[in-house]
Amino acid sequence: MENTQSNSANPRMDLNFRRKKNAEDMKFQVIAFALTIFLTLVAFVAVGYDGFSHWFIVPFILLLAVVQVGFQLYYFMHMSHKGHEAVAFFLYSGSLVGAITILTFVTIVWL
Amino acid sequence: MAAEQKYTEATWPSSPERATLEGKNKFLGFWLFLGGETVLFASLFATYLALKDKVPSADHALAKDLFEIPLTFMATMLLLTSSLTSVYAMYHMKNFDFKRMQAWLLVTVLLGAAFLGLEIYEFNHYVHEFKHTFTSSAFGSAFYTLVGFHGAHVAVGLGWILTLMIRNAKRGLTLYNAPKFYVASLYWHFIDVVWVFIFTVVYLMGMVG
Amino acid sequence: MSTYAQKKGIGATIWDYLTTVDHKKIAILYLIAGGLFFVVGGLEAMFIRIQLAVPNNDFVSAGLFNEIITMHGTTMIFLAAMPLLFGFMNAVMPLQIGARDVAFPFLNSLGFWLFFFGGVFLNLSWFLGGAPDAGWTSYASLSLASPGHGVDFYVLGLQISGAGTLIGGINFLVTIINMRAPGMTYMRMPLFTWSTFVASALILFAFPPLTVGLFLMLFDRMFGANFFDAAAGGNTIIWEHLFWIFGHPEVYILILPAFGIFSEIFATFSRKRLFGYSSMVFATVLIGFLGFMVWAHHMFTVGLGPIANAIFAVATMAIAVPTGIKIFNWLMTMWGGSIRFTTPMLYAVAFIPSFVAGGVTGIMNAVAPADYQFHDSYFVVAHFHYVIVGGVVLGLLAGAHFYWPKMFGTMLNEFLGKITFWLFLIGFHLTFFIQHFLGLMGMPRRVFTFMEGQGLETGNLVSSIGAFFMAAAIIILLINVVITSVKNEKVGNDPWGDGRTLEWAIPSPPPFYNFKQLPLVRGLDPYWLEKMEGKKGMMPAEPIGDIHMPNNSFIPFVLSMGMFIAAFGAMYQVDDKPWAIPVLILGLLIVFGSMFIRSIKDDHGFHIHKEDLLDEDDKEVKA
Repeated sequence: MENTQSNSANPRMDLNFRRKKNAEDMKFQVIAFALTIFLTLVAFVAVGYDGFSHWFIVPFILLLAVVQVGFQLYYFMHMSHKGHEAVAFFLYSGSLVGAITILTFVTIVWL
Repeated sequence: MAAEQKYTEATWPSSPERATLEGKNKFLGFWLFLGGETVLFASLFATYLALKDKVPSADHALAKDLFEIPLTFMATMLLLTSSLTSVYAMYHMKNFDFKRMQAWLLVTVLLGAAFLGLEIYEFNHYVHEFKHTFTSSAFGSAFYTLVGFHGAHVAVGLGWILTLMIRNAKRGLTLYNAPKFYVASLYWHFIDVVWVFIFTVVYLMGMVG
Repeated sequence: MSTYAQKKGIGATIWDYLTTVDHKKIAILYLIAGGLFFVVGGLEAMFIRIQLAVPNNDFVSAGLFNEIITMHGTTMIFLAAMPLLFGFMNAVMPLQIGARDVAFPFLNSLGFWLFFFGGVFLNLSWFLGGAPDAGWTSYASLSLASPGHGVDFYVLGLQISGAGTLIGGINFLVTIINMRAPGMTYMRMPLFTWSTFVASALILFAFPPLTVGLFLMLFDRMFGANFFDAAAGGNTIIWEHLFWIFGHPEVYILILPAFGIFSEIFATFSRKRLFGYSSMVFATVLIGFLGFMVWAHHMFTVGLGPIANAIFAVATMAIAVPTGIKIFNWLMTMWGGSIRFTTPMLYAVAFIPSFVAGGVTGIMNAVAPADYQFHDSYFVVAHFHYVIVGGVVLGLLAGAHFYWPKMFGTMLNEFLGKITFWLFLIGFHLTFFIQHFLGLMGMPRRVFTFMEGQGLETGNLVSSIGAFFMAAAIIILLINVVITSVKNEKVGNDPWGDGRTLEWAIPSPPPFYNFKQLPLVRGLDPYWLEKMEGKKGMMPAEPIGDIHMPNNSFIPFVLSMGMFIAAFGAMYQVDDKPWAIPVLILGLLIVFGSMFIRSIKDDHGFHIHKEDLLDEDDKEVKA
């Protein structure tokens, strides 16, 4: 209960392995960050450029936002790691409730 | 007891935030809280979308009059970068490098503070240049409430991370405070997640019209 | 006897309860506070029925009547039913999963005190210029126009107590996910634990919309915002949606734990395994899921359009399916069982027809075109009282009798218990059955009086007589509690003799660490399983060792009081009172100061040492 992480007999080797794994994680996170920035730039450029129609831009930048949030959740917040099953279940349930709320408010709050 | 025990790099567990039962509980409880926060912000977004550009008369400013790309872009870059710096802090936390973790947290706090400063400037600008206030219209109320709730979350996050940094400055990392740092960084990322939707839905979609 | 149960002075006992983080003591606090508010809400109900007993009555004025109905609904839902259920969840759920405490003992205490101060704040409105009078739903156009501070009390009081509820919900979820005893898989969890789990998940997602709605109302009323003011571009329907996105799941937050209590009682007193356990779990989860898809059935007459109304009508009717599964499973549990009609079992048996009646009228209301006729009439009042009283309150009363020995170590008197039951059941049906017909005859809800010669006299009189039966039942229950406490005859681990789940395997009341050794769970109804194999108790899953326990703390009380003080400041700054802003700041300083102290002061708790636990064993043998 207190310490469920079993470190192997040779702490030095274990340490090296973990170091390497952490560094690899970090590499993915930097890549995710670069992509995030890139997607943000694309969204801003799409809005700043006059040539696109409203009907293209809105769904497009919403899609970019969702992808970006995916990077945040799965890389920065480590949801890609093990032990996040309950977390994912509750986060997606919350997102579903939230999505239905938003859908209602843009459709049947009459004005 | 494990939580107070002194660790070395070698004995430090690979997921220190979840190495004790307290840590596990904190980790899960905080994620569940974020699930609730998702619904909270969704409700605020829904309200904003229902009241967007709803003003009593034609002389009130609308979204497309107010928002400008440079300011929003700057704020977005500040907050996104602070997300990366907080990832770096957690990277060093996992490697039991307390000093570097503190340094990256400090950078995170500074970036967050800059973002907050920018937001205050922005609100001030709207109030004085456009007479767009909290009480001027339903649009104004909805805008300041949604963005203001996010701003308040940033402010709370800053206070929280600073308190953690100062409290633990002398004693370094333990399994007692590692989950606290981890959870604070989750909170910080969540603030960023909300901002991604704010800059897309409020600012960019507002500029498109 | 336990070495820890020393005689204490009254002051020390009160201090103990003010600072406790023990889930069993917090359960008792919830029971006392919830019971108190239940009595207050009950008195309000009596005033309503006295006023409506005869036509053209002037027992209360129209304005006061509005305040009474508002406070009756708000108090009963937020301050009585939910806290009482939280009391049982706190008392029983950790024991049922074989845990030594909840995941966050400190937050557990904070949740209680927030609820308590929020409730006190709301009820202080009676003495400070008038209670809220816009109905428990507080629809925006009406509540914005309400003069005085009544609605402000509603908004701030519910905001504070709602925060407490949210904290409680998260706490239960984490406890159930992380702290089950060895062998206690999800599909071995007792139904009450399952329903606590689903209800807590509903709390997690339903309370944030309420929080937002209350904030918007607070900003509109106290800080000049325009969310619901059509003249400034606002929209009053937003409140309705936010309120019901919370409000409908709230109904399931109340009824699911009651279902859980009844499931335990049916299995225990039929001395049979619960019929269709896995379908019961499935139905509970499905009800929780569908509970979020149906809120607009409260708003059929708003004019959402035929498509929206049709979708929400169909979704609403779909809920009848999992609920029907449950009803049949309970019936099948009793089928062929060797049934004992104890007081809790009487409530459980009576619950089925009562609740089904409420469910059937629910389906009638779900038919959107028909709802245009039922809407805002006494038919709706009858419907939701059949569900809430016939479901939740019967569940609470059943639970009170069933779990009393586990919480207090004494048995409530069965004879008095049965009198309570019969009085309450008869009174309940007398009061509410006839209201269906009053509604169909055209009596609108929330009217403070009615005229002679409209055919409403007899029905209303019968209804009021029924209310007195229910009041008598509650008085007898209170007498029963007093008698039982004075007699103080202690009972053993399993006073009903047929306990099935883990809580009955340990002493009543349990020691503060619950389980000396965590039990090994080998199947559904673990204690019954061991008993059937001729064993006395549970097989331990670990050797006796040190037990880690959290320290008591006074911070939750102080923090909640800070919120309470701040709420006064926020409310009176509207009147430009010079002291209002300083009070607001003082309250917030207390809140943030408490948080600060909590975060900089390490609290590692303490250990009960193995030797002390072993000592205790020796003493028990000698005694």
